[in-house]
Amino acid sequence: METILEVNNVIKQFGGFTALSEVSLHVNKGERLGLIGPNGSGKTTLINCISGAFTNYQGSIRFDGGDISLLKAHERTKRGIARSFQIPRPFSSMTVMENLLVPFAFVGGKDGPEQQKEAMAILQGMGLADKAFVQSNQLSQVELRKMELARAMAAKPKLLISDEAMAGLAGTEVDEVLDILFDLNKRGITIIMIEHIMQAVMKFSQRVVCLDAGKIICEGTPETIVKNPEVQRAYLGD
Amino acid sequence: MKFATYSSLLLLGLLGLSVMGGVNEYVFFAGFVVLQFVVLATAWNILGGYAGYVNFGVPAFIAVGAYTAVVLFKSISAPLLVQILGGGVLAGALGLGVGLLTLKLRGIFFSIATVAVVFILETIVNNWRYVGGATGLQLTRPADLWFFDSYVRMLFFVMAVLAVMSVAIARYVQDSFLGRGLRAVRDSEEAAECSGVPTLKIKLIACTVSGALMGIAGAPMPMYLSYIEPSSTFNLSYSIYALGMPIIGGTSHWIGPVIGAVLLATLQQIVTVTVSNELNVLIVGVLLVLFVVIAPEGILGLIKKWKQSSK
Repeated sequence: METILEVNNVIKQFGGFTALSEVSLHVNKGERLGLIGPNGSGKTTLINCISGAFTNYQGSIRFDGGDISLLKAHERTKRGIARSFQIPRPFSSMTVMENLLVPFAFVGGKDGPEQQKEAMAILQGMGLADKAFVQSNQLSQVELRKMELARAMAAKPKLLISDEAMAGLAGTEVDEVLDILFDLNKRGITIIMIEHIMQAVMKFSQRVVCLDAGKIICEGTPETIVKNPEVQRAYLGD
Repeated sequence: MKFATYSSLLLLGLLGLSVMGGVNEYVFFAGFVVLQFVVLATAWNILGGYAGYVNFGVPAFIAVGAYTAVVLFKSISAPLLVQILGGGVLAGALGLGVGLLTLKLRGIFFSIATVAVVFILETIVNNWRYVGGATGLQLTRPADLWFFDSYVRMLFFVMAVLAVMSVAIARYVQDSFLGRGLRAVRDSEEAAECSGVPTLKIKLIACTVSGALMGIAGAPMPMYLSYIEPSSTFNLSYSIYALGMPIIGGTSHWIGPVIGAVLLATLQQIVTVTVSNELNVLIVGVLLVLFVVIAPEGILGLIKKWKQSSK
């Protein structure tokens, strides 16, 4: 199987604190990867290194055949890495449609009527079409989460990183977002899902990687992960 | 197209006014200041309003424009338009330089850094003999008046052209990719980067354009006053005016700073003549507080609300 993302020995330190120590990870094209770990284990730090929010780390990251370690976040977006944020970061002065037109303009280079149609199609797929011309600061929590994913999609990614897109959502809303992610994956997009809601991760992922204290402690199918004693120790203590 | 038509008509009108006899000279003297504030407020809004980066260093850019003009005039007797062009180029370069050094800072830290630029440049000018140092320099206006009756009338018209040009640039920036990107930066810089917006690059462009326009506004000042000295040129009140006017007018659209500048600067000029020179600073201060508390989106926000409620 073809590898789309390769993280090699990435070390990220904040002052004296080592958030990631020699993390290596690979993701296959079209894969659904779950990334779990207790709070503070370095999941979001790892995502920030992959998406380019941090560029001052040691080690290397390769994406789609090229080394992207030194690229800035916006350049990585253009290469095909998109993400949603743990705490939604809408462009709150803009409508939902305008939010999507930002990546259309800066990644695709156009934001005309054709792109608006495309954006509308994305919104339709996420059940947000009726909110297209609502200002984004009027959205509910679940709508914001969906808009984040829609905006990420507007960048036409090859890899989508969903950073706790379901945090704080109710049961049926979790299923809605999960359906959206399944649907995107079916269309060929590789997805890394960071999530605390275990049943969502277990249902979604083909492979799960567990981080603890900046190290990958194990990886495997969802079934083997839940039975792994190290994972149980990381989450529940000795 | 509409914009081009209206602004040409406006300029023609102002040209007519400035060559017309019988109009009090003071109208042009005061009008110059109002138009200058249109340029400053518009320039400030490109970085401050669209991108949300509050530049407190406005006088530094004005002064670079003004002192460049002085140097060009004193050394090679450069004509007015060359002075303005030179002032704009150098102030734009200052914008780029300051941007490179400070645009990685966010929020209040960026603002503080821009204030520092004012003090650094003022200290340099205070100790620079060639441009008069701290005591200032008297300048004799050249006799070239084109077809105007007085130098002030000519400067008034030149500033009107510069104002229309600045507004046209701000309008272009707002409607272009750049404007969309700057708005994204203001709302969330992280999300902008991850949507493919080269945030540092567009902030630098905005800072350079904004700085250049402020320099252009400052360049005709020495000729306007026939005099230049540092303490009034580097006056931090310019920062308050240049940010107060867009905030009062509304920062989200290019017309906001124009409305704010025309209203406030006119009011200031009237108060200066009829009441006192000191009071005009207070007016901007009081209005700024009122608007920030009651109508944070400025006059434009009020109009929008009024339109929505009357629907």
